[in-house]
Amino acid sequence: MPDVTLDDVRHVCRLARLDLSTSEMERVRGELNRIMAHFHELQALDTEGVPTTSHAIPMSNVYREDIPGVSLPVEKVIQNAPDSVEGFFRTSLFVEE
Amino acid sequence: MYEPIVGVEVHAQLTTSSKMFCSCRAEFGAEPNTNVCPVCLGLPGSLPVTNRKAVEQVIRTGLALGCEVGTLCRFYRKNYFYPDLAKNYQISQYDEPLTFGGRMELSVEGRPVSIRIRRAHLEEDTGKNIHLPNGRSLVEYNRCGVPLMEIVTEPDFRSAAEVREYLLQLRRLLWYLGVSTANMEEGALRAEPTVNLRDPETGERTPKVEIKNLASIRAVHDAVEYEIRRQYHCLETGEPMQQETRRWNEAQGITTVMRTKESAEDYMYFPEPDLVPIEPEPEWVEAIRAALPELPQARQQRFVAEYGLPEYDAQVLTEDRATADYFEAVVQACGEPKACSNWVMGDLQRLLNESGCSITESRVSPQQLAELIGTIKDGTISHNIAQAVLPKMWATGHSAREVIAAENLALISDATEIEKLVDEAIAANPKAVADYRGGKEKALGAIVGHVMRQTKGQANAAVVNELILARLNG
Ligand SMILES: [Zn+2]
Repeated sequence: MPDVTLDDVRHVCRLARLDLSTSEMERVRGELNRIMAHFHELQALDTEGVPTTSHAIPMSNVYREDIPGVSLPVEKVIQNAPDSVEGFFRTSLFVEE
Repeated sequence: MYEPIVGVEVHAQLTTSSKMFCSCRAEFGAEPNTNVCPVCLGLPGSLPVTNRKAVEQVIRTGLALGCEVGTLCRFYRKNYFYPDLAKNYQISQYDEPLTFGGRMELSVEGRPVSIRIRRAHLEEDTGKNIHLPNGRSLVEYNRCGVPLMEIVTEPDFRSAAEVREYLLQLRRLLWYLGVSTANMEEGALRAEPTVNLRDPETGERTPKVEIKNLASIRAVHDAVEYEIRRQYHCLETGEPMQQETRRWNEAQGITTVMRTKESAEDYMYFPEPDLVPIEPEPEWVEAIRAALPELPQARQQRFVAEYGLPEYDAQVLTEDRATADYFEAVVQACGEPKACSNWVMGDLQRLLNESGCSITESRVSPQQLAELIGTIKDGTISHNIAQAVLPKMWATGHSAREVIAAENLALISDATEIEKLVDEAIAANPKAVADYRGGKEKALGAIVGHVMRQTKGQANAAVVNELILARLNG
């Protein structure tokens, strides 16, 4: 597995909306490379015929019934909002996608 | 020669009472931010739990579309930053959807068209934004987390007409299954077509264009048609094209660029660690399959075969399940399928429209309508009088026979009474009598008309005709 490059770090920063300086990115690059080393070790395992898994616990089919419950009071919903009006969160204008 | 290649992605809100992963109400039109909780706001430490009914509704739809049901289905996080998602990711499905590999058969302009369904999967809806003219935006999350079904076709459409027919059939199917209101104006059904052109010989293609902002089936049709024309025009003139998302401008009837794919999304899909996989038990799937209602296309065909209805009647009557049920109840009570069809599609539908009622709220029951049709069949009243009786039944709640008795509308079939009127009519129309005797059979109409006017249409027309002929030929 190739090393993590500065471009990789830049890409991840863009995806995560992180604004890091070049020296911070260098530091993160080093840290990510040390983490990747652990994955290199895992890569050595023979996983032929082992199904992919997303969960450490062998469990499936956990449901709730379709019964409405109690939601939060609107004052609580917006209590941490920097700005709000009539129950809405208010932000600066953003472009519709 | 290039041909159009169109695929359609549909999002349909399900009809559950609560949201997909929390117990907030899933309802339309509540006060802003009153149906939200830590889960659908994505607050730290909150955990989602899957709504079983939503899973069932997607499996139900998938089965009705001829899909296979997955044996191991997972939810994934689709990561992106946008204010309509409080937690910066949408819980969706990726390569292990609930159902996949179906098909819908259409008839478009008399030709059979087969559309492959790639998948029908489950995800959650996003919140709503309002953009104000003063440079601010408002955000509210009542819709955030409402169960959303995504149905994706293969790019099998070759015209806008095929896309329109698919959406009409799909909407009818969702109504029959009771899984979505499929109301496009309220945003409960959203369709996003992808359009490009391909040269079948060289395999060359124009870049794919996705179209958004479509609030009706007609808008989808018009937008696809416009986009096909636009791309042909670009090919001819050599105007450059690129992969992009375009917005339909309803007022001007054109599409305009919304964003290009240069800013290509990287959604960083990964399995949702807070939700365990779904492995639908075969017994559950079979129970859902067994409980499927007769589907609209099958019912339409049966109406033609079993009741001898014209294709048009069968299509109108099966447009929604309640109308088809009503029609069948009328037929069961009185026979006469074509007459029942005419009454349900005509006079009854007019009363429903005027009063803004759905057919389940009809003030005239199927049995009452059947009785009315029976009174025409047995000669108690004429069709014209029956048309006047129905609104009175609607207004009073009385049966057909009660209205006929109360208003004295029954046909006069008593021969001696009609004989008297016929003699008067013959005396009053000497010219018509002479014409008839001179060979003009149509002249009879004037004499019949005279009797009908005298009785305000209540004379039994068959008896009147018979008596006039007996007099004139006798
Ligand atoms: Zn909630």
